Amino acid sequence: MPTTCEIHLAQLLDTLVPMHLQLDTDGLITHVGPTLAKLRPGVALGGMSVFDLFDIQRPSNIGTMAALRTQAGAKLHLRFRSPPCTALKGVLSPFGDRVILNLSFGISVQDGIRDYALTASDFAPTDMTVEMLYLFEAKSAAMDASRRLNARLQGAKIAAEEQAFTDTLTGLKNRRAMDHVLARLTESRAAFALLHLDLDFFKQINDTMGHAAGDRVLQKVARIMVELTRQQDTVVRYGGDEFVLILAGPTDKQVLQSVAERLIARLEQPILIDGQPCAVSASIGIVRSVDYDRPDPIQMLSDADAALYVSKRGGRAQLHFHGAE
Amino acid sequence: MHGLINRALQCFVRDTYGEDRWLDVARAAGLDPPRFESMLTYDDALFRDALAALSRSLGKPEDDVMEDVGTYLVSHPNVEALRRLLRFGGVTFEEFLQSLDDLPERARLAVPDLDLPQLELRECGPDHYCLNCSSRQPGFGHAMLGLLRTMADDYGALVILDIEPQAPGVDVISISLVESAFAQGRSFDLGARGINADDL
Repeated sequence: MPTTCEIHLAQLLDTLVPMHLQLDTDGLITHVGPTLAKLRPGVALGGMSVFDLFDIQRPSNIGTMAALRTQAGAKLHLRFRSPPCTALKGVLSPFGDRVILNLSFGISVQDGIRDYALTASDFAPTDMTVEMLYLFEAKSAAMDASRRLNARLQGAKIAAEEQAFTDTLTGLKNRRAMDHVLARLTESRAAFALLHLDLDFFKQINDTMGHAAGDRVLQKVARIMVELTRQQDTVVRYGGDEFVLILAGPTDKQVLQSVAERLIARLEQPILIDGQPCAVSASIGIVRSVDYDRPDPIQMLSDADAALYVSKRGGRAQLHFHGAE
Repeated sequence: MHGLINRALQCFVRDTYGEDRWLDVARAAGLDPPRFESMLTYDDALFRDALAALSRSLGKPEDDVMEDVGTYLVSHPNVEALRRLLRFGGVTFEEFLQSLDDLPERARLAVPDLDLPQLELRECGPDHYCLNCSSRQPGFGHAMLGLLRTMADDYGALVILDIEPQAPGVDVISISLVESAFAQGRSFDLGARGINADDL
């Protein structure tokens, strides 16, 4: 029979530390706090050995009451032996010949609360557990909102950048994009060739068939140039009917010549707009980075333009390398 | 003002009256682009303009609209997270009332730049409380009124509420607790993984 004093002690501890256990000299459980009792529903914990209920994981080798008593005031790591094998933190204090062991969920509190369907009234009002759960939920909700905002802003940024580097009519890169590509190539001293291409007879199409037809010719021309170049090349709409192709990698003159000839041949195949054939051709000026000691984008573009001028003057549908005239 | 508050108004309109109504309101209020982001900060005037446009669009006084917003905030499934956070305030409706003093501080724990209206609870008699609400913006007292009414239902408490305006942005809500356990109330599970704050 528990004495009045023992009953008072149990009431006191149930209020202040509802997840405590009282152990006798043999390590048998004599009293269970109300919240701790909820963690093993349907199990009579009274009379059970604390060592059968818990695996004391740290410090190791605590298998007897004598060993356990030496840990008074120290932090214990325990785990239920039967599922759910929730991990708990503990601290103990001797009380006469008995031991009071108080337990808490520690950082795994969320899982603990969920597994055992505990409520705020299962914790002492001074216990910070419920505040911690509150904070966790509040922070998660705020982080969630931030994450979604970041994702939206990131999407908007990518879309804006895409727009800023793209020629809206043809979907090719614009001059801004070209400046970036050329700066990167010259900074990394990569070998590349620059083809400056100008459509021949395009003005006549605009004049006779209208600007809408002209725009569609430009779109088809753009597609042809993309088809005839590789993934690593860059096709730029440089101005009205002028294009710049930046071909990365080896810059063998014969290869470049055949690429340019192929381009001219493909562009000379009549393009059908509303069933009407539109005949265009192209003049091309070519420069190669390997022909410069210190390749400079502005100089190269200007030289390519000069070579293009030679092609035009020579009677259209021609290609010229800079410095070859 | 913090975007969370502006966004709450937008979500209220969207979830209650539909996206089209919100787009109309946003256009009438000159809001471009027509949406609030919850983690940005906006000029106070934008909220006032949006509320005024909404009140015109619904043909309802602004105070009534704000009361509906308060109800929405703690009852719509899309903003369940907020109801849960408020339920952390206490096990009973009375405890919840007594936690309201801490609400602005609690909110700041999660979102440091969120300035909620100042709330001060006084006991005016047995089972009778007075809640002082003061805010830079008019209308928040009425939102609080809608919120309290709905939270009382949530706890299953029977209360009588009344609002007394004191000055622009300052209201006193009188709360008479008739029966603290009148009905079952909604359940609140501490460990629920229900915090999918869809839009707030």
